[in-house]
Amino acid sequence: MSRRSEVLLWGAQRISAMVLALCVIVHLLTMIYAVRSGLSAAEILGRTQGNAAWLAFYALFVASVSVHAPIGLRTILSETFNWRGRSLDVLTGVIGLSLAMWGMRAVVAVFSGGGA
Amino acid sequence: METLQVRIWRGTDEGGFQDFEVPRQESPTVLDVVTYVQRKCDPTLAYRFACRVGVCGSCAMTVNGVSRWTCRTHVSKVAADNKLEIAPLRNLPVIKDLVTDMQEFFDKWARARGSFAGSTTRKDEFARVEPQSKERRRVDAGIECIGCGVCYSACDVVNWNKDYLGPAALNRAWTLVNDVRDTARAARLAAVAGDAGCHACHTHLNCTERCPKGLSPTAGIAGLKRAVLAATLTGEILNNE
Repeated sequence: MSRRSEVLLWGAQRISAMVLALCVIVHLLTMIYAVRSGLSAAEILGRTQGNAAWLAFYALFVASVSVHAPIGLRTILSETFNWRGRSLDVLTGVIGLSLAMWGMRAVVAVFSGGGA
Repeated sequence: METLQVRIWRGTDEGGFQDFEVPRQESPTVLDVVTYVQRKCDPTLAYRFACRVGVCGSCAMTVNGVSRWTCRTHVSKVAADNKLEIAPLRNLPVIKDLVTDMQEFFDKWARARGSFAGSTTRKDEFARVEPQSKERRRVDAGIECIGCGVCYSACDVVNWNKDYLGPAALNRAWTLVNDVRDTARAARLAAVAGDAGCHACHTHLNCTERCPKGLSPTAGIAGLKRAVLAATLTGEILNNE
């Protein structure tokens, strides 16, 4: 990987961390509200299905996770196992794409009500 | 007479600790203790020092598990129970006993382009740098480094990533990036970019905690991270990589 890419990855991880911090707070507050109000799964889905705002929020959440996690994992694997090079970049890239795919699958299911 | 129980590393990277019993003087430094051992107990003990007053940066060792400058570290501060364990600095090859090979440490200063690049000659006027300017204050904050290697020894990232330039070299680069007379800013920012440079720092702050001069390499590294990212995004550096 070029040094330019390494620098841009660092920037992407910083920005995704800021987005994640907000997303996690909103997500936790929402969960606390849902549990304390005693909402059932059906009632929660009733509020999320067809709601573009929740779709956009959780799509952003998934995108941030998909960027942030593999970059951090790449550093951890590199420092722990002295692992460098293309194989590491490919593996963590695949992990990022997998997170995005599975995450968006769940988001779409919660939005559309289709089987996830 | 009260005595100190002193364990000192003997050998190279392979070796072990040797025990010595040293009379506890009124107010010795750790360097005084090492010197006593070499002069009174075992003249084959190898260690390094020069100024003895915290200027030259040559006497740093690992004292009771912590990297320190030994000439300014009083025994009373680190050996309340009269026990001292003295080892060479970490993260550097050991030549013999307490002497480490500092070559990679200083090679990394060179890799980080740690030498000033000016554009004037002795015939030109002195540059005038406003003492209260932002750049000058940033330089002041990092310029007193004595190159002792304590930060390098204390750094976890150096231990995990042998290519990492380390806190001292990056601190030096940061002082030069903020030197308004310097002409190699772009090349220097490119030299400290990426996984082996400033972006590898995890901000553990070990270097800042241990620096005997009270500097904060961590703050300088954070500044480099932002400066390198900005220069990369604007196309000032790393365009062809």
